[in-house]
Amino acid sequence: MSIDESTARRVAKLARIKVEEAQLPALAQEFSAILGFIEQLNEVDVEGVEPMTSVTPMRLKRRDDVVTDGNQQAAVLANAPDAREGFFAVPKVVE
Amino acid sequence: MSELTKLTIAAARDGLRKGELSAVELTEACLSQIEAADALNAFVHKTPEIALEQARAADARRRAEAPALNGIPLGIKDLFCTKGVPSQAASRILEGFRPEYESTVTSQLFDAGAVMLGKLNMDEFAMGSSNETSCYGNAVNPWRRGNDATALTPGGSSGGSAAAVAADLCLGATGTDTGGSIRQPAAFTGIVGIKPTYGRVSRWGIVAFASSLDQAGPMTKDVRDAAILLGAMAGHDPKDSTSADIPVPDFEAALSGDIRGKVIGIPKEYRMEGMPAEIEKLWSEGAAMLRDAGAEVRDITLPHTKYALPAYYVIAPAEASSNLARYDGVRFGHRAKLAQGDGITEMYEKTRAEGFGHEVQRRVMVGTYVLSAGFYDAYYNRARKVRTLIKRDFEQVFDAGIDAILTPATPSAAFGLGEMASADPIQMYLNDVFTVTVNLAGLPGISVPAGVDGKGLPLGLQLIGRPWAEGDLLNTAYALERAAGFVAKPARWW
Repeated sequence: MSIDESTARRVAKLARIKVEEAQLPALAQEFSAILGFIEQLNEVDVEGVEPMTSVTPMRLKRRDDVVTDGNQQAAVLANAPDAREGFFAVPKVVE
Repeated sequence: MSELTKLTIAAARDGLRKGELSAVELTEACLSQIEAADALNAFVHKTPEIALEQARAADARRRAEAPALNGIPLGIKDLFCTKGVPSQAASRILEGFRPEYESTVTSQLFDAGAVMLGKLNMDEFAMGSSNETSCYGNAVNPWRRGNDATALTPGGSSGGSAAAVAADLCLGATGTDTGGSIRQPAAFTGIVGIKPTYGRVSRWGIVAFASSLDQAGPMTKDVRDAAILLGAMAGHDPKDSTSADIPVPDFEAALSGDIRGKVIGIPKEYRMEGMPAEIEKLWSEGAAMLRDAGAEVRDITLPHTKYALPAYYVIAPAEASSNLARYDGVRFGHRAKLAQGDGITEMYEKTRAEGFGHEVQRRVMVGTYVLSAGFYDAYYNRARKVRTLIKRDFEQVFDAGIDAILTPATPSAAFGLGEMASADPIQMYLNDVFTVTVNLAGLPGISVPAGVDGKGLPLGLQLIGRPWAEGDLLNTAYALERAAGFVAKPARWW
């Protein structure tokens, strides 16, 4: 399957990665090569096969629904590019 | 001094216990080797103060009470979060990030008395097979093709770990393996690397790439050291819901070298077209060695092998696109400088374009595509069904009495840095052709150095074991190691 520039543009947008217009043709070509490789999977008969959800047959462990951690505001914010008054600061979200 | 850094973990442990050397001496020896090895670009964040403090603490412990790795100097892959120490997965997007917490693996290692020398180079977010996608630049293989000074890749993604262990900068290192990232670099540098069964080692505090495939494991100078280090890294962790709540056996005690009666499978699908004759030869020699040691060697078939790589290149990018969504310039790491009027979407897009390297961007976008509406079934669900079939292939041969499977570790010896630059991404992906099946099936796999090629470069063989049978697998690897008698070391040029 061949990926065109508009699909590449859409995927970049969905992935929230800025891609310059000039880069789109090369990107589309790379995607096409990778997807071409992946298409081999169409040769496999997967009729009636369950898609794998867990590679080891293991029940997820349960635990009591209680608070086990907290009061770590300073640690949580310590690596933020912009933290103010105990919050993460970001550009304006709502006009 | 440099003689000390050549010690295995087992030999250093015994020497420390007998008081023949001190942890500080050993650590200082490693630190001076590291200082002299910048040309390898293996250690990208050096932590000499932490190392010496841990070494002094190790020396202060009473010998009788010394834990398993007391005073053993290790390198830690940059993918592991280490408290207060840069942990950036070799990515610009995590520049300046200093975790407020310690990964479970490193905290277990420190509890066992280990010394951290620093953080090791790797491919960005563990995405690569040559360590060429790192924001720190390439790690360099200590091995060269005879007298040819061409710089070779140590493999990837755990390239820094492999280079550091092979060059005797440390006694052992941690690695992680999503599609072959422990075993391929181990093979390229003549060391041992084991990827344990999925769930054996906690993933908590390890920067996530593809969560259903990622496992951490040791990279060491020999099989015994791999057993010792794996024992310290493994175990149940309530903070990782996929970590298995089953006991960790004494892996070192499993190393008897007796493999009489074991059944070793040779999968015909791993005999690839165009495979170098040297690798083909090494593989049959390896089978003969195991036969001579008393094992039965049997031809087997794993019919879906061919589809492992394409399935991997759907599943791994899909999971990566989801895992890497967290790098948005809000909570940690890099945030792009914004222009007047830029809103939050521009912040995300510019931050991720500046912070992620080319290969990471490509995989995140491929993952986004295969998960997007209209393609999810055709790509992602189909790949997960194929994964079920790949695992079933292995279950069937294990049910038929196979104890371990012998394959080449890699389709070639180490290649030159930059040699794959003009190739399309698929060519690079083919490096993982023998290792990726093991991640998809969640099995343990180990790479053991078994010979050298015509240019003097190391070649590895891979053994694949039954789930949770790392002890048995290590013992078979131990028998192979003894029979192969690989003792070559890179000639020092750095």
